[in-house]
Amino acid sequence: MDSLFQRSLDDIIKGLRHQQAGESAFVSKVLEEVRREIKSTDSHTKSTALQKLTYLHSICFVDMSWAAFHAIECISYPNFTHKKVGYLAISQSFQESTPVILLISNQLRKDLKSNVEVEVSLALECLSRIGNLDLCRDLTPEVFTLMASSRIPVRKKAIGVVLRLFGKYPDAVRVCFKRLVESLESSDSPPIVSAVIGVFCELASKDPKAYLPLAPEFYKILVDSRNNWVLIKVLKIFTKLAPLEPRLAKKIVEPICELMSKTGAKSLMFECIRTILTSLAEHESAVKLAAGRINELLIDEDPNLRYLGLHALAIVAPKHIWAVLENKEFVIKSLSDPDPNIKLESLRLVMEMVSESNVVEICRVLVNYATKSEPEFCNVILGSILSTCSNNVYEIIVDFDWYVSLLGEMSRIQHCQKGEEIENQLIDIGMRVQDVRPELVRVGRDLLMDPALLGNPFLHRILSAAAWLCGEYVEFIRNPVELMESLLQPRTSLLPPSVRAVYLESAFKALVFCLHSYLKSATSSDHSALGLSDPGVSKENHITPDSVLHLLNLIDMAVGPLSGSYDVEIQERARNILGFTELIKPVLSDSLHPQDERHKQQVEASKMVRLLHDTFSDELGPVSMSAQGRVPVPDGLVLHENLADLEAVCGSSLPASSATISFEGSHNVEGATSIFISDQKEESEPSSESTSLLAEHRKRHGLYYLPSEKNTEHHEANNDYPPANELKSELAEQSFLPKRKSKQVKARPVVVKLDEGDVLPISSKIPQAKDDSLSEAVRDVLLGNEADADTLTQKAAADSVIRKKGKEKLNAKEQEDDLDHMDSQSGTVQNPVKERSKRSSRKQNADEGDHGGDKGKQKRRHRHGKHRTREGVQNPPANVISQTPVPDLLL
Amino acid sequence: MGIRFILMVNKQGQTRLAQYYEWLTLEERRALEGDIVRKCLARNEQQCSFVEHSNYKIVYRRYASLFFLVGVDNDENELAILEFIHLLVETMDRHFGNVCELDIMFHLEKAHFMLEEMVMNGCIVETSKSNILSPIQLMEKTS
Repeated sequence: MDSLFQRSLDDIIKGLRHQQAGESAFVSKVLEEVRREIKSTDSHTKSTALQKLTYLHSICFVDMSWAAFHAIECISYPNFTHKKVGYLAISQSFQESTPVILLISNQLRKDLKSNVEVEVSLALECLSRIGNLDLCRDLTPEVFTLMASSRIPVRKKAIGVVLRLFGKYPDAVRVCFKRLVESLESSDSPPIVSAVIGVFCELASKDPKAYLPLAPEFYKILVDSRNNWVLIKVLKIFTKLAPLEPRLAKKIVEPICELMSKTGAKSLMFECIRTILTSLAEHESAVKLAAGRINELLIDEDPNLRYLGLHALAIVAPKHIWAVLENKEFVIKSLSDPDPNIKLESLRLVMEMVSESNVVEICRVLVNYATKSEPEFCNVILGSILSTCSNNVYEIIVDFDWYVSLLGEMSRIQHCQKGEEIENQLIDIGMRVQDVRPELVRVGRDLLMDPALLGNPFLHRILSAAAWLCGEYVEFIRNPVELMESLLQPRTSLLPPSVRAVYLESAFKALVFCLHSYLKSATSSDHSALGLSDPGVSKENHITPDSVLHLLNLIDMAVGPLSGSYDVEIQERARNILGFTELIKPVLSDSLHPQDERHKQQVEASKMVRLLHDTFSDELGPVSMSAQGRVPVPDGLVLHENLADLEAVCGSSLPASSATISFEGSHNVEGATSIFISDQKEESEPSSESTSLLAEHRKRHGLYYLPSEKNTEHHEANNDYPPANELKSELAEQSFLPKRKSKQVKARPVVVKLDEGDVLPISSKIPQAKDDSLSEAVRDVLLGNEADADTLTQKAAADSVIRKKGKEKLNAKEQEDDLDHMDSQSGTVQNPVKERSKRSSRKQNADEGDHGGDKGKQKRRHRHGKHRTREGVQNPPANVISQTPVPDLLL
Repeated sequence: MGIRFILMVNKQGQTRLAQYYEWLTLEERRALEGDIVRKCLARNEQQCSFVEHSNYKIVYRRYASLFFLVGVDNDENELAILEFIHLLVETMDRHFGNVCELDIMFHLEKAHFMLEEMVMNGCIVETSKSNILSPIQLMEKTS
């Protein structure tokens, strides 16, 4: 009855096509029907319902995990149409953890043994899609049998499944590997070779070393095969193998070059190019040939080939940059290609070409392209300029004045969204490179002066950096009054609070500087005989009494209202400034209006101002990330006890943080434990107060400081500094070493470079959780331990009587195996004997259902016997694996 | 694993066939198909057929109203995948005769079987049209 009124899949598809809107209502209605129909006992109704569900699942993203059991029911139907619906549903919707997955094990075995070819194919297909450890272990013997099937399509599929078996159940290698290797030689049936090469290509990409002994077989295919698909796969295998064995590389380079020049298929030609560039880059002549072919690709009309040509250049760039330079013009022209992918690829190449000598020229070109490009690509360009130039502490930058003004120019590009990166670099350069500070301050001032920039939220971070730089290095400012005006201009209300706080702090510094120079000049005019002159105060920024008055008024007007700000940072800083001006005003006002007592007042005022000025003029420098690590651990402090676990938890996240730099003044008592490095000549005298505090602190906690014996001799003047400075002398020597070229007109300024702390620790590559057991199994099978493999092969197929006999021998072998394993793993016991024997006993149980019979077993044994003799000739004995993995036959 | 997925999408962005060779949840599939379709369908004829997407790349080709999109590992040969797409289309053409979107919609199962013949575990295993089609013909006879 059900099936009479049941809608077929075609009805559903038609229905779906006619639903313009309300598709989901239609789908849920169908789903309701399906839920009802699928419970039917009639096989046709059930399978049709499942078919509809599968369709909705793959097209409309409808969940079908609830129907897993019904799918299993369908594959057990004898009718092929129903069966195939079930199989399709399973391969589309099952995953390894589907709860009912083990229920299909028996049905799969039955279908694998079926006489109907398509049924076997369906089962193999299904296994290759959803096989998990249990399924793969249970069905390995059946697949092994099918690998020798006389029906080519079945054999081909069985070979395809092997990849899944190996991946999920590495012990399958011991059973199936030899047959897989034998299939390599079935040159009479191309589909088999094609399938088996695909399997080896995947296997070799994971652990190439294990497959080196098969190089002669692969070589034969490389030379003999006429199938481009197969050749491409073989080339991929050789790409992985060649770097491991130079003799192999020598051997294959000629046939590959020949293939490259002869073939008409672009795909094969490109694969040859890629193989040569990746793995045979030492063979100069081959690379030259490949470069010639790349040139052909680059001038082709087809954008695909142009893209691949650029891609190939990117591969060759690290080792043979000449190949890229030859095509420089084309690469730069491609920056304006209509295809964004080609643009990106050419940008990568341009960045590869950058060197100390051409960085200025290339950046000029790139910035031009950036201004012309659409926002997205513009930012990609800016991003790669920034990252290339800052690479390894600005390694390629010689002229920092140029670079800093380039940063300023980049900030002004309309679409620039790289505020954060530019901010970091501006500040970083400010701290590292002394010589460039005047230029930095100039660039910063220009940015601050422009009221239009305040309206662009992407620039706020850059403005923050500019404000900080101008405040910190205010002594280089030509006109500090003008700077104050721009820091306090009304439009700063557009800034976010955090940036505004920086503005205020900088205004404070600038104010102190102005007052300091004013008082200083007033004093020096009085005591000109003493000839006091502050090097920071040049004639140009001479401050008049009028401008001081103007400044104080400006602060009252602009900062006054901020003392009630809701943002604590702003409020606090505003109050600091206002408090200071309140303090200084009465004393100053006297000095501004000359009277008799003027001198006394002025002294008081200058004392206050000097105190603050000294505080602000202390140098800030980068702090090494490893600074903390250099503090010796005091006796009696056990770090490992409780913190070891913490390290495991946080270890990976810590080095990633970009906070390589923290601001620590040497006067800062808390900061004294961190290593403060900057150029000593420049270090201004710390206020005596802080120095004495520091000394006291050090006396009390001397334990926490680095030893300082040597230091005293070298730096007498700085006796009181943290002895960490000791490191500096070595460091200075290092970074002062002249490594510039003679043609440079301008010497590269000193860039303060910390030791290893600057470079992010190269994350020690955690060896991939590779399938060690798989590689191990492959090695065992390929290079010795033959008896073991043989035993296992027998075990997989043979009946229990034989197994009992061989058991003792087997166990012994296994133990040996495990010892080997432990040796090679240097102590990491991953595969204890227990586990292994447990597995094999499980396997025995699983094999119970198999009654292959003695006949089949003997046949197989015979086959292996034959194979062993052949391999015995080809392969070196097991104990020399590491020395000569490639058989001499080839070489 | 070579090929990660094969999609057929019409120019309105509706999925007509989706075959994945690694397990993804429905939500992941939906997101992935949305992303890819947005990325690829916006491109024009003058642009190349390769698109980088997260940690793999997509090779695609348009036939009339249908886009064939194949997600592959980065070291896969792009041109070979283009040839693979073409082979797939030719095979379907041979079977359906002047194949169009509707053929795939109404014979989704067959299209899946063709793919199963051609690709296993993400590896291309068969490239001969008659070999690909013979099991399907056999199935038609059997059922």
